[in-house]
Amino acid sequence: MAQKTSLYDCHLQLSAKMVDFAGWDMPLHYGSQIQEHHQVRQDAGMFDVSHMTVVDLTGPDAAKFLRYLLANNIDRLTPGKALYTCMLNEQGGVIDDLIVYQIAADFYRLVVNSSTRAKDLAWLQQQASNDSLKIMERQDIAMIAVQGPQVRTKIGALFTPAEQQMLTALKPFTAVQIDHLFVARTGYTGEDGFEIMVPAAEAPAFWQKLLAAGIKPCGLGARDTLRLEAGLNLYGSDMNETVTPLESNLAWTVAFEPKNRDFIGRKALEKQLADGVQSKLVGLVLDGQGVLRNHQRVIVENIGEGEITSGSFSPTLSKGIALARVPANTADECLVEIRGKHILAQVIKPPFVRQGKKTFLETSKSMER
Amino acid sequence: MMNSVPKTLKYSKTHEWVRQDDDVITVGITDHAQCMLGDLVYVELPDVEMSLELGQECAVVESVKAAADIYCPVPGEIVEVNESLFDNPQLVNEDPYGKGWLFRIRPFESDFHELLTADEYTRQVASEAH
Repeated sequence: MAQKTSLYDCHLQLSAKMVDFAGWDMPLHYGSQIQEHHQVRQDAGMFDVSHMTVVDLTGPDAAKFLRYLLANNIDRLTPGKALYTCMLNEQGGVIDDLIVYQIAADFYRLVVNSSTRAKDLAWLQQQASNDSLKIMERQDIAMIAVQGPQVRTKIGALFTPAEQQMLTALKPFTAVQIDHLFVARTGYTGEDGFEIMVPAAEAPAFWQKLLAAGIKPCGLGARDTLRLEAGLNLYGSDMNETVTPLESNLAWTVAFEPKNRDFIGRKALEKQLADGVQSKLVGLVLDGQGVLRNHQRVIVENIGEGEITSGSFSPTLSKGIALARVPANTADECLVEIRGKHILAQVIKPPFVRQGKKTFLETSKSMER
Repeated sequence: MMNSVPKTLKYSKTHEWVRQDDDVITVGITDHAQCMLGDLVYVELPDVEMSLELGQECAVVESVKAAADIYCPVPGEIVEVNESLFDNPQLVNEDPYGKGWLFRIRPFESDFHELLTADEYTRQVASEAH
């Protein structure tokens, strides 16, 4: 039996096409995945992301525990701030990527992936065995992501003037508790917006209010093309336990400073840096028509081979785009094998699109063709 | 939600539809197939004058989600392809039995006994769902 979020009936009412996602029955789209994609880029859309796992860590050792558990440094946090980070194994491989919020000095909240829920919880328990710390999964919390340039305008109607001021003041990667809602200015689309945690019992009524405010429902299909355009990795596709953040375009999330902070995987990453990182995660833009797909072979002439880790079609650019892991010395173009043919692709540093706009220059070579 | 399966057409097990007009047949994908694929974003069609065998892979339709091969439902020679799909592949989603047709074939034979009737196709789709 697939699990259902508290918004399941809302999705059925909106004629969503439901699919299994990591054991959850989730909306793929509500009619057209591409329209939903444009809706978020140009206006305002919302996603049920209640399948994601919320874990609260409380206790005097919470900070000490997370300082060692996570590759990014939670000492950067103050109450209300959020941090994106990887959780690594001893080999530097990525167990999961997550957002950690500091709510108070002894109270942190993690949002981890749903596909990795069981192993993440087991890893937390295992690592915390000697600490004075409580680990509590919050299955009573639903989460709705509202994303797009018009979100601020449209969502205003749901809040009092004082609450609206709190939202206006909310900086990227910060969060605030407003009544029963935990509102964070975060997202997975490359657009401005909020991820809002709401008690599961209140989620359907809140969803209806967002609908009434003109925020359109969007499915996991659009969520995937939006995050890919925004150059945001998907755990399980773009990284996993066999690769490190340094090979996953996530070096910026690893805090090697201060040098005296030990964290799980640190030694392995330092060794990898000293030996030289052999591969990197880049963006590919297909030259000409077509769609890039996961696991397609990438050929870098005179250098070696790689593989597409997330491939799709960019509705904003009307081109095939992908994230791919390629040899570290790959330059600005490569070939992708599609149905036995080798097709030229431009290599870029992600993102492809940010806040509705293309973020890279097409090379003159690509333009000539 | 039931997808449309016009009685006037014939169908392949691989979700192509076939319409006979005089000596040429038109081929497309069914409403059920376009619905399963979702928004199409790219279509690759065979060259005109190409000769195709029964069941030969001859076109590709790609949605954001997946790529699907199109198998030739009737042996014959390609006489026309729907070039409007190159700029607007979503015609297949909007009008699978009309503006979203894929290609036209002049068949080598006149007997299409391999094909399914609308009722047979509907039963097959229903059985795949279980």
